[in-house]
Amino acid sequence: MDRLRELESQSVFILREAYREFKQLVMLWSIGKDSTVMLWLARKAFFGHVPFPLMHVDTHHKIPEMIEYRDRFAMQWKLHMIVGQHEAALAAKKTFPDGAATRLQCCAALKTEALKNTLSGVWPRWVLDLQTGQYSRTTGGQPFTGVIVGARADEEGSRSKERYFSPRDKQSEWDVADQPPELWNQFKTDFAPGTHVRIHPLLDWTELNVWEYIERESIPVVSLYFDHGAGRRYRSLGCGPCTKPVESTAKNVREIIEELRGGKFANIAERSGRDQDKEDGYGLETLRRDGYM
Amino acid sequence: MQISAEISDTTNHREQMDIVIIGHVDHGKSTLVGRLLADTGALPQGKLDAVREQCRRNAKPFEYAFLLDALKEEQSQGITIDSARCFFKSARRDYIIIDAPGHLEFLKNMISGAARAEAGLLVIDAHEGVKENSRRHGYLMSLLGIRQIAVCVNKMDLVNFDRAAFESIRAEYSAFLDRVGIRPAAFLPISALNGDNIVTRSAQMPWHDGPTVLDVVDSFVKEPLPVAKPLRMPVQDVYKFTEQGDDRRIIAGRIETGSVAVGDDVVFQPSGKRARVASIEAFNADSPATAEAGQSTGVTLDTQLYVRPGEVMSRLTQPQPRTTTRLRASLFWLSHQPMIQGKRYKLKLASARLPVWLTEVKTVLDASSLESDSQRRQIERHDVAECVLETLKPVACDLAGDIPQLGRFVIIDNYEIAGGGIVLAAEQMSASLADRHVQAREKAWDRSRIASAARSSRYNQRATLVLIAGPAGSGKAALAKRLEEKLFSGGRLAYFLGVSNSLMGINVDMNASGLDDRDEYLRRLGEVSHLFTDAGLILITSVSDLDDDELDIIATLNQPNDMVIVTVGESELSRRKPDLRLPAIGRATGAKADPLDSACLAIQELLQNRRYLPEYYL
Repeated sequence: MDRLRELESQSVFILREAYREFKQLVMLWSIGKDSTVMLWLARKAFFGHVPFPLMHVDTHHKIPEMIEYRDRFAMQWKLHMIVGQHEAALAAKKTFPDGAATRLQCCAALKTEALKNTLSGVWPRWVLDLQTGQYSRTTGGQPFTGVIVGARADEEGSRSKERYFSPRDKQSEWDVADQPPELWNQFKTDFAPGTHVRIHPLLDWTELNVWEYIERESIPVVSLYFDHGAGRRYRSLGCGPCTKPVESTAKNVREIIEELRGGKFANIAERSGRDQDKEDGYGLETLRRDGYM
Repeated sequence: MQISAEISDTTNHREQMDIVIIGHVDHGKSTLVGRLLADTGALPQGKLDAVREQCRRNAKPFEYAFLLDALKEEQSQGITIDSARCFFKSARRDYIIIDAPGHLEFLKNMISGAARAEAGLLVIDAHEGVKENSRRHGYLMSLLGIRQIAVCVNKMDLVNFDRAAFESIRAEYSAFLDRVGIRPAAFLPISALNGDNIVTRSAQMPWHDGPTVLDVVDSFVKEPLPVAKPLRMPVQDVYKFTEQGDDRRIIAGRIETGSVAVGDDVVFQPSGKRARVASIEAFNADSPATAEAGQSTGVTLDTQLYVRPGEVMSRLTQPQPRTTTRLRASLFWLSHQPMIQGKRYKLKLASARLPVWLTEVKTVLDASSLESDSQRRQIERHDVAECVLETLKPVACDLAGDIPQLGRFVIIDNYEIAGGGIVLAAEQMSASLADRHVQAREKAWDRSRIASAARSSRYNQRATLVLIAGPAGSGKAALAKRLEEKLFSGGRLAYFLGVSNSLMGINVDMNASGLDDRDEYLRRLGEVSHLFTDAGLILITSVSDLDDDELDIIATLNQPNDMVIVTVGESELSRRKPDLRLPAIGRATGAKADPLDSACLAIQELLQNRRYLPEYYL
């Protein structure tokens, strides 16, 4: 068994464990390469089916191709798609850079707050109708108790300390200093009422593993990851205003793999194009303690 | 949109190994890892400079440990709280290095980190010498099953690179490791801070002719996947996505050991049910003919078996796992609340989850001194104990020494993993936990002065539990209620106990308990049945998907009173035979008699034949 098969097997095991233990289970799909690989792994785990809903938090600052891609595959793979958003902040334009908010404030509202309130069912959810392809607004949803997230340990310091199954309290806060033990593939699947558990099937994957797996399984990804002739491409996808493309001429999956293995990105962190990480020196950790993915 | 066109296998086939760094607090574990990363060029560009700059801004001396201790709390306290993972490569292979905290307070984190590892580097401060956690961690390595260990005697610069200081620690610590059954691969004198004997030989210690840290890490042997052992596939789940138009009934799980092929005869334990593998399923790939250790897979069977998550699939021609209700185990305890006797915990062993009780504490071992105490009744936080655990239902397992994957478990208390352990023996029992409970209960029972024969004669019936089993939605509850009506109108004393009646009543605490609800529900049902039948009533209730072991428990707890088992539709019982089998109950149609009535009639007839409902003739 090679490394990718080992990783695949462990991720499938984790997804099945989550499905067995959590009745109110959801998977976050950011449309990026990592969570798309995770979605593919769910189809592996459940033999072509995805037996839980997918959730996407739409900041309305996403690059338009991402939304088009999301809906196309949601229809094709018959996904139970849920979209959440921060209606109030969007209406009041409390956003960056076009409104009155810093990058971190914008992230905290449009992503973290919208995510927390959509997960808890306090805010409305927009649900895709697989017959019509349209989203309709629903209210009064059940809170999700298991949330599957595509975080990888190699992305950034705080993520390297995550568990596969990581509890969050009622405020979605993460107590880094007091995490449950996790051993012998026995995970934290018991949880007190009102709390929820984040599940990280991709924790052991590296950026390179993700691309190798995309290649091996022929997984469709958004074309923003590739250079279309301008000598630029996105290495990490987020909102338009805070995500910068990198200088690269990688035009396909193979070229990205080569670039990561020995080329110019071998020693440069993936999130270096994400500006919100840099704002207070602890950017992502600050966001994550409060519930950011 | 881009669909990658190339299908060629591009994965580098480099080996990967997980290594844990352990030892007492402040003995320099994180520094060793930081140094190893820096000296092998494993750090992302700019990371070293960024940490140096952060130290400069905060007027702190730079430490390699800061590279790993990336979290705020750790930097302010200067200790590793959690196990951090980082990646590095040598010429030989790729590594995940797990930097485990040395503080006793964070032992559970250390265990989480170490349990993932295939080998360990144990760090001891040359200046401070062997400390409590040096020993505790060494002992836990042995319990966690990590046999490959190298000992790094760090901070040699603080003892002037003195060989005698190194040798004395080596002598003391090897003697200790010997007692817990670990033979270290090497003892290395190092200074992580200065880079001595990390990647290159130290000029300061010419007397050391052994390997460097990198050499010894590269010399650890990766254990092959246990493909040659007997098949063990714990059933994680059973999938049937009928609503999506998929009729496959897939038994899903990860193969822990051995291999399986289409056509193999397989057995599921503890139920003992048998079938033949009809197919091995896969998505986005051809259906494979075989599957082996390490793979998360799924099989379909040639017959429709009711297999439950938690059972273990093995091959008929190979040695079977043991099934037992009594495990002798070596266990470490992590919770602030001690593990006590008489309290119900939850056992998770492979894919099985079931209620468990601590019934005997044989010895409690102080993990750092290895002193044992056989007088203790409970297991305190950070203790390691040999004890006996008992379940109501049998569990399938192996001994840790034979098949570690099926011989280790965790214990859940109050929603948390509170302890873990390994199976030393699966003991055979003359009397089960339920039997012993019933014996004790009967002894303690404050008996009424009315004999059961007197009640029978007054009520004109013999008391019994009528248990109606069958698949969900087979009409069991409706039948139970109709039977109650019929008996009542015939002048009998009968009572229908519905699932939700008891869930909202006597079992209202169970929804929030975090324990295995079904097993506990059935245990309480057995106890409640005993009360009703003791009172001389005919108690009618229904249970979905009842299996043999569950029926045993209800029957035992209802003792010495009687029970009549009726199955409706397909039954999961195989060893135990029902007293009456009825077909699934269809809807009433205008022309025919109500199927509920004819089912009731059959049950009433049975009750009459068994003299529960005597008829009096003048």
